[in-house]
Amino acid sequence: MSRPTASTAFLALLRRDFLLAYRRRAELLQPLVFLLVVTSLFPLGVGPSPQLLASIAAGVIWIAALLATVLSLDSLFRSDYEDGTLEQMVLSGQPLAMIALARIVAHWMVAGLPIVLLSPLLALWMNLPQEGTVVLIKSLAIGTPVLSLLGAIGGALTVSLKRGGQLLSLLVFPLYVPILILATSAVSSAISGLPYSGQLGLMLAGMIAALTLAPFATAAALKLSLS
Amino acid sequence: MLSVSELSFERYFERVFEPVSFSLGVGSLLLVTGANGCGKTTLLRLLAGLLEPSEGEIRRQRHPLYAGHDPAIKDDLSVTENIRFMMDFMGRRHSGPAADEGQRIINIVGLAPVAQQQGRTLSAGQRKRCSLARLLFCTEALWLLDEPYSNLDHEGIVMLDKMLRAHLDTGGACVMTTHGSLRPEGFELQECRLISGRHQDYWNAA
Repeated sequence: MSRPTASTAFLALLRRDFLLAYRRRAELLQPLVFLLVVTSLFPLGVGPSPQLLASIAAGVIWIAALLATVLSLDSLFRSDYEDGTLEQMVLSGQPLAMIALARIVAHWMVAGLPIVLLSPLLALWMNLPQEGTVVLIKSLAIGTPVLSLLGAIGGALTVSLKRGGQLLSLLVFPLYVPILILATSAVSSAISGLPYSGQLGLMLAGMIAALTLAPFATAAALKLSLS
Repeated sequence: MLSVSELSFERYFERVFEPVSFSLGVGSLLLVTGANGCGKTTLLRLLAGLLEPSEGEIRRQRHPLYAGHDPAIKDDLSVTENIRFMMDFMGRRHSGPAADEGQRIINIVGLAPVAQQQGRTLSAGQRKRCSLARLLFCTEALWLLDEPYSNLDHEGIVMLDKMLRAHLDTGGACVMTTHGSLRPEGFELQECRLISGRHQDYWNAA
């Protein structure tokens, strides 16, 4: 039998990643607990006034989501790099961009999607008005894949460094700025009853651009890290 | 199958090893020897295509199989799951059910008693056996083995020699590194002795 097709290899990698995620579930819960803790610290820090919390809610939740994502990014390629699996995957002749995309999809499913699912609860804690909550969920649903896609480039660039975590956050936070601005502006527009489809549309365009380009950039970065 | 001319690699403006040339036909085995740190692993990584040569040329037909020092075993997956993933990802020889082929390979490499144990519980020798399992399902004709005998017990060495013999007899070829003490027994082989390219090693030798 010859080499498996790229789609077979893609599915095999996804299946392995979900199995690994299940075995390491305690590790995966950490960023989510971090997200909950950071968000719940704000009412204690800035005061429990409902109006104040409502006005900062979208920004707080989004920044906490960025921090939680960056926490989970460092491990995206690290264990495969350290045990030699990455090397074997590169040599297997399967397209490296496909390997990168499979890792990114798995990362979003276990790190990004839970943030989207938790966001209604966070919005309730922060007293975000109803119309804002719906847009917040939409913005996270569009935005968290972008965080995984752009973050993967940083993760691949820093994988060969012993302590790449700090450098990784310095690399990816600037890239996250446009998403943060668009998302929070969409939510505040929705609260004031203004149209917000422009911001969400721009975020969607950003997601499609990242989806098509980031796997290739990640592949190039992985190649660089291995040599 | 593989031909290399005047190949060398520079790291930090220093040659890792002095230029080497060799060519390898069907059914031949090349043994790369040399002291620790003289660039055996670097040479193998160059041949695998993980590094780009600084000088010289490598001509090979297809992707080789590279078995390096890192075993590529996931600590959180069982032996069976590890082998199944590698088979699904890299391809296998037979078209029958993958589970049967996986089980057969686990039996051959002698890991049947620990097949359901997680990777983290394996000993160094068992890890080596698990990573060598890929020699049994891969379809690549050229093997690049980096210190394949390290950590293996006598039985494991015999097993590896048998796999190597079968591979060479069916039209394969192999490049193997060793630092000297353990060598393949009873094979006709070419030998390539690597000489470190670092200046300080020259002075130490003189």
